[in-house]
Amino acid sequence: MKVSESDVRYVADLANLELTEEERAHLQRDLNSILTYMDSLAELNTDKVAPMAQVSDRYGVDESKQGSQRFSYAAREDIVEGLRKSLPHDEALANAPEADENFFKVPKVIER
Amino acid sequence: MTLQKLTIDSARDAVQQRTTTAMSLAESAYETIQKEDGTINAFVTLCKERTLEQADRIDRMAAEGKPLPRLGGVPVAIKDVMCTRGVRTTAGSKILSNFIPPYDSTAVARLEAAGAVIVGKANCDEFAMGSSNENSAYGPVRNPRDTSRVPGGSSGGSAAAVAAGMVVAALGSDTGGSIRQPASFCGVTGLMPTYGRVSRYGLIAFASSLDHIGPLTNSVKDAALVLRAIAGRDPMDSTSAEVPVPDYVAELEKPVRGLKIGVAKEYFGEGLDEEVRKSVEAAIEKLAKLECEIVPVSLPHTKYAVPTYYVVATAEASSNLARYDGVRYGFRVKQARTLSEMYRRTRDEGFGAEVKRRIMLGTYVLSAGYYDAYYLKAQKVRALLTRDFDEAFKEVDAIVTPTCPTAAFRLGDKVNDPLAMYLADIYTVTADLAGIPGISIPCGETEEKLPIGLQILGKHFDEATILRVAHAYETASGHSS
Repeated sequence: MKVSESDVRYVADLANLELTEEERAHLQRDLNSILTYMDSLAELNTDKVAPMAQVSDRYGVDESKQGSQRFSYAAREDIVEGLRKSLPHDEALANAPEADENFFKVPKVIER
Repeated sequence: MTLQKLTIDSARDAVQQRTTTAMSLAESAYETIQKEDGTINAFVTLCKERTLEQADRIDRMAAEGKPLPRLGGVPVAIKDVMCTRGVRTTAGSKILSNFIPPYDSTAVARLEAAGAVIVGKANCDEFAMGSSNENSAYGPVRNPRDTSRVPGGSSGGSAAAVAAGMVVAALGSDTGGSIRQPASFCGVTGLMPTYGRVSRYGLIAFASSLDHIGPLTNSVKDAALVLRAIAGRDPMDSTSAEVPVPDYVAELEKPVRGLKIGVAKEYFGEGLDEEVRKSVEAAIEKLAKLECEIVPVSLPHTKYAVPTYYVVATAEASSNLARYDGVRYGFRVKQARTLSEMYRRTRDEGFGAEVKRRIMLGTYVLSAGYYDAYYLKAQKVRALLTRDFDEAFKEVDAIVTPTCPTAAFRLGDKVNDPLAMYLADIYTVTADLAGIPGISIPCGETEEKLPIGLQILGKHFDEATILRVAHAYETASGHSS
């Protein structure tokens, strides 16, 4: 897989990273070598293999049920603060780089 | 006095019988840290207030003659990827350098409820990404067995803190080998439980389908004790399993005679250091002498494990790390003129090089046009790798392998070659992908006196068997840390 400089810019945009020119060059080299190594996966025939997104659906899943009912072990009652109390405002804002009593403050979202 | 000679039981009994106090043990921990941590750098934050509160609570119980909880008074370290309420938690990153969590992770809360005294937050590779603890924004950790060498990663601080006698036990996390590999490099015991055995609530996520929390200790019994304290269903983590927690300690002494131990040829091929091979083969012979039946098995897709892991893990990481944007917590660049600039510059300045590399890789393999060839493909190979284990475990009860192809390498050896660093994970990533438990225990040393680790892998939720085999080997060989 050949990763171009414009590919690196595009992916950096998607990942919200403001890369320096030096970083872009290093990343282009690294991505190419690592992705080439990952190309070995193409050697395997996986036509008849179902993808495995996670391990946890092997345990607890109720095979006798349908749809989301199969995962009822992972669900809880739909009640307010059913599992624990919500964070109070001041605690939720305590780590904010910039905030007032109610909101996180950020630079302008809409540019005019 | 370092805490190296103590086990969980001996520490707790001493506090219960009042031959020492929890306060005194905590003070020993701090003394050793004061003396050694300038070099080792195992800790990012010490939480003296919390330590003394807990030690005091335990000492008052002992003074009143009340029975102490199972880990009462035992000094422990927590890898800095687990949230601790009121105590700075950095994930080894600049982007969280001032983050104070408003809650405890479940594993931490359970450990404390069992009486453990949290001494501090252990250094680690940034966001748990690394195999050498050289990727931390708080400086590298050095291996107490040879300070010119790495302790392994990403739970390097946890392993080093235990190996250096700063604490009796530590919690680490393992996504591609990050508990077992540093345990191997530092000569301690490291247990990665089955996926879902221990709640991930409060664990700063790297790859959500691969992350595990587990103990690093000086003995197998101590690992069993910590696991019992932290394991079990947690409604706050929907992936935590509704599977009962056995009494792992009671299981330890059961005989291993007749157990079938698989030896997979794919783990003994090219790239395995000769000294490591000899040491592990000697360990397998010892198991044979204990009347285990040694059975050759094959895990044919093993060579695809590292590329599969790096596709899946980086993809999940790119998603999990999207939340670090400077808005609600952590580092934020100054003087950003727009929101977009704030996000982009915050993340570029706040994240280290390895983290950015993995975010870029993960974003790439998930992007339109590449998703099928990489991410979807890797998920299918993951199914094949898991099937390899399912088939093997029809024939055997456990599988033994080396934990790593080599002993600890020197600081700086692999920093310029990310791919070489990734290949160090070759024997550990398979268990993370399949979700099976694995333990690394010391089984010898190289000529340069560097520790070598033996890995024992087991069936899902069968920690009891791997602990039993590990304990039997440890007792027979005299190899504890």
